[in-house]
Amino acid sequence: MRWGAFFLVALAVAALIFGCALAINNDYVFFAGYTVLQFIVLATAWNILGGYTGYVNFGSAAFFAIGAYSTVFFYKFYPMPIPALILIAAAVSGLIGLGTGYLTLRLRGAFFAIATLALAVVLQTLIVNWNYVGGSRGAYIIRPSSIDYIGSYVHYLFLIMLALAVIALTIAYAIEHSALGYGFATIRDDELAAEASGVPTLKLKLIATTLSGALMGMAGAPFPYYIGYLQPSSAFGLEYAVNSIAMPIIGGTVSWAGPLVGAILLGTLQQYVTVTISSSVNVLIVGVLLVAFVVVAPNGIIGLMTSIARRGRRERKPA
Amino acid sequence: MNANLLEVERLGKRFGGFVALDGIDLTVAAGERVGLIGPNGSGKSTLVNCLCGTLGNYSGAVRFEGRDVAGLTAHQRTRLGMARSFQLPRPFPSMTVTDNVRVPLLYTVNARRGARLTGEEVAARAAELLTLVGLADKAGQFPRDLTQVEMRKLELARAMAAEPKLLIADEAMAGLSHSEVEDIVALLIRLNEGGITVILIEHIMRAVMTFSQRLVVLVSGKKIADGNPNEVIRDKEVERAYLGQ
Repeated sequence: MRWGAFFLVALAVAALIFGCALAINNDYVFFAGYTVLQFIVLATAWNILGGYTGYVNFGSAAFFAIGAYSTVFFYKFYPMPIPALILIAAAVSGLIGLGTGYLTLRLRGAFFAIATLALAVVLQTLIVNWNYVGGSRGAYIIRPSSIDYIGSYVHYLFLIMLALAVIALTIAYAIEHSALGYGFATIRDDELAAEASGVPTLKLKLIATTLSGALMGMAGAPFPYYIGYLQPSSAFGLEYAVNSIAMPIIGGTVSWAGPLVGAILLGTLQQYVTVTISSSVNVLIVGVLLVAFVVVAPNGIIGLMTSIARRGRRERKPA
Repeated sequence: MNANLLEVERLGKRFGGFVALDGIDLTVAAGERVGLIGPNGSGKSTLVNCLCGTLGNYSGAVRFEGRDVAGLTAHQRTRLGMARSFQLPRPFPSMTVTDNVRVPLLYTVNARRGARLTGEEVAARAAELLTLVGLADKAGQFPRDLTQVEMRKLELARAMAAEPKLLIADEAMAGLSHSEVEDIVALLIRLNEGGITVILIEHIMRAVMTFSQRLVVLVSGKKIADGNPNEVIRDKEVERAYLGQ
């Protein structure tokens, strides 16, 4: 399937989801759905760098927060519609992704992960001390109650996040089915051999950090409108960093479907637990599931399914 | 036009206080088959790593087709036409054998000007290369399913996929059986007859002597002999390096 076809299919599925949500006609569905969709975008974005090239990013929350805070900044400086804010957030966090990549990509493995963690701490300190965007007090964003053509603003936010999820998944799919995907996989497998095969590893890694960062920023841009009051500790929340790593790993990192499955599964479970038990159980669930999957199915749900399918095919074909 | 494909001039490389390469001079003419031998730790692999750009910060100069390649990264040198195989095979484990070979086609051949291959052409080239090295029936398998000798062949096929002018085979035969060694030597000679200059780094003397038109000996980072293989192995200094006095 060409990526154009994939995009159309994803678009159709998204339209269907929106239609169903409208049919249920309960604002909570839109609220909870928004969070799940946001995690689909974040997990897919993380996977472009972490899954495809194998560079683990612990600083997802930082890129998410950059997106959120660029919205806060422009809300005060020069108010604009959300799609424009998303583009700006993509540019800002993409640039920061590029810069971070340039500074840290000579590090491998755990060292790279620690560097990204440090980035999150540095940026959070910066935001806490930046009065214009609210500093440690936080910032209020007054959400309009309705918008033209769509009606309820919550529906509008849900629709925007749905569109972002479609875009993120299409980008991931397109990468996987292009020379870029091969290049990313060679970096994950063996960088020295990749260079020897003519793969410009540094350039590809910078493409990955930029794309990944930009998508995370895009996921964060509508967030202030969703939450209404943004403070550094919620934008830089641990759950974003943890979830955007756990979801692709639980779903499977080698294919676009992994983060999607992981985000739907974990995201929905978390929403359910938040309502029925308590929101603080969330992190525990993520931890337990992560450990379970690393032990039982290190290649995630998608990896587990493909290996079962392969075994089935081998058994059906008598030796 | 320069007849020498590769010119190495006073190449030196130090790791801290340890001198790994000490003023190596070496020229390789286009179409030549050169053998490079030396005891363990004599700097053979360091030489390859300096030539191919894996290691930087060497002193002296490396010229490829008359062009100084200083400052060029490994992938840029691969694109110029220098390909290598690794001493220990380094396949891309998550990719099938075909996809392993596809990578240099996508990233080296396509990167050269005016040579963008279509998907079908890439697939055809990959199949052709696998047939050349005798791995056609393993195309869909993963590197973990290959035997040692097949892994070496994959390593060579991947190096060949970059359509090199110079192929540097770093111990392509270590640990292989007698007939497997002959297999690889025959393959390398076939590649050479196809117009590719080959530098063979090897410990197995039988292979080196069959293969090489010229033999270069490194000892402790210095070149101590360079010439006709039969004369070189009778050289007093070479004998001393290998057998002691």
